[in-house]
Amino acid sequence: MKKLPISQLNDLFSAISRLETLYLPTDAGFVPYSPETAMTRRVNTGRSPKDLFFPQVETLMGFRTRGQSIELLDRREETKPFVIFGVRACDCRSFDILDSVFLAPPEDTFYKNRRQAGVIVTLACNRPEETCFCSSFAIDPAEPAGDVSAWQTENTLYLRANTEKGEKLLAQLSLLQDADPEQIVPLQEQIRQSVMRLPIQELPLEQFGAAHMMERFSSEKWDELSQSCLGCGSCTYVCPTCQCYDIKEFTANGEIQRYRCWDSCMYSDFTQMSAGQPRPTQKERFRQRFLHKLCYHPANHGGEFSCVGCGRCLQKCPIHMNIVKVIRTLGEEDA
Amino acid sequence: MQEMIRNKALELLKTGKADRVLAWRRGAFCYDVTPALFTDPEQLQKELVFDLFCAPNLSKSLIAESKKPGKTAVFLKSCDSYSLAQLCKEHRVDREKVYAVGVECHGTCDGESLRAAGITAPLRARAEGETLVVDTLYGEKTVSKQDALLERCRCCKSSRLVDCDEILGRQGEEHDSTRFDEVRRLQAMTARERYDFWQTELSRCIRCNACRNVCPACSCEKCVFDNPASGVENKGAANSFEEQLFHIIRAFHVAGRCTDCGECSRVCPQHIPLHLLNRKLILDANDLYGDYQAGADPDSRPPMMAFSPDDPEPDVIYGRTQP
Repeated sequence: MKKLPISQLNDLFSAISRLETLYLPTDAGFVPYSPETAMTRRVNTGRSPKDLFFPQVETLMGFRTRGQSIELLDRREETKPFVIFGVRACDCRSFDILDSVFLAPPEDTFYKNRRQAGVIVTLACNRPEETCFCSSFAIDPAEPAGDVSAWQTENTLYLRANTEKGEKLLAQLSLLQDADPEQIVPLQEQIRQSVMRLPIQELPLEQFGAAHMMERFSSEKWDELSQSCLGCGSCTYVCPTCQCYDIKEFTANGEIQRYRCWDSCMYSDFTQMSAGQPRPTQKERFRQRFLHKLCYHPANHGGEFSCVGCGRCLQKCPIHMNIVKVIRTLGEEDA
Repeated sequence: MQEMIRNKALELLKTGKADRVLAWRRGAFCYDVTPALFTDPEQLQKELVFDLFCAPNLSKSLIAESKKPGKTAVFLKSCDSYSLAQLCKEHRVDREKVYAVGVECHGTCDGESLRAAGITAPLRARAEGETLVVDTLYGEKTVSKQDALLERCRCCKSSRLVDCDEILGRQGEEHDSTRFDEVRRLQAMTARERYDFWQTELSRCIRCNACRNVCPACSCEKCVFDNPASGVENKGAANSFEEQLFHIIRAFHVAGRCTDCGECSRVCPQHIPLHLLNRKLILDANDLYGDYQAGADPDSRPPMMAFSPDDPEPDVIYGRTQP
């Protein structure tokens, strides 16, 4: 375990940014460090850190046509090493969920390159918000994972390397001093007590997962739950685990760019085929989003739900319909 | 007011004046209310809520509801009543199939406006005069109600209820509003400064389309941005030009029809001040064709839908042909 006085936080950031690009959590999301960067005072950023591994828009390749010939253009950019500081335990778990999709064969090399290049420094959540429910998914905000875990007390930042990548980073930071791991225990206890007081507790998740897929799919409650859904993509785009994307082409200056961009199952053209739209109304699209997280993903990935309880969708949905309301409504059906 | 609304809703269902009631449903916290249709009196009695946090404008849902058989009763705040009047004018809503109950409104907040006013982890809230007392996870906090209100309510243009079948509480009036101050500040900037301002704001856009989907003036059955054959992207900006294109096209499309209900800015997860684009066009249209407030009455023709041979040419007035 290492430590650093909080008064030297900027020196730490500046030291890291001399080694590699450093991203910090701000109100606008994770942005490259500069001495003026103001870290967010909220627990979570509006945009999740998934952007750094899976950007909203990314060019895959280019084409140029001349007469009857077509030239392929390599548009890949070299991924340089980077460090993200201040990732919360929930967001850190979201990387495991994205890994299970993107790193399963065939590997997504664009994603994989960034995952290999990124060092994740997590930060324990001293003051969880009312929308936090990570503990429902067995995530402990007092013991966040990542390459390095950090805890911030009033005067001190504690850092502990968890992986080889993390150890390498900390070894390069000479301003860190050795610390006694016992010193974070009171803070951890305080965080765990805060978590026990959170209003979203005991979600009836036992009613979900692969075994309950058809019962939940056939529920009559979907009409009412989806009734006011606007069909916008806010929930999907702020979600750290939503991973669907579309592949499109864009023509400019005689060159065709093939790019991918985030898709949203809430949109009317999601997975549209020449035969039509398999989910013709908002009800089916709405159901897709929640059952993907609560039944389909668990069915395909060893029972793991693809929600981490970060609460962004609870704060951002224009009509405040969200996964917690869905779990509570559907989970009570058999209870 | 909540009790009055519940009783009115029950009465409308019981007497058969309405087959369903469109209102707001209670959430788990003070701020997470959801628009909802009620047909069951028991459920209505338990779940219908009306308070400071009933910010969602229910008018747009009436496009779909008025296509159903029977009548839909709806509760409208003043802003929402402007939207309904405008939608009826555009023949989007069949007014005959709506029973509109106007409700006296003194401004609304939401979770994001509370958080912006420095309240973290809000659970419950109550108004005590001009102060809002909020129970949070970390104890009781107070904030002045004015600071916690949504931007649109801090500079409320009118609390008058337009074209309602009945009114609960008092009828309101139009106010001297400061809503164009920020637009005038932007107008006074150089073109470069203004460009930089909008570039910074719009670069945060994540193309979630919430502004479009919530907007009562965005009532096209299929948006051009949802048509893959249109060549413009609906899911992510392929370049920075597309990012601006979406918002500018949208602002122009609702010009003269936007009632300035402020829903676009309320729902933006990235806090982009989209209302400023709409207000700029309202101000320009006022300049060119005389003062006009969309939705303020059921009959007048909006400036972009009326034509008179002596309409001025914007090019001449603004000298846009000059560099």
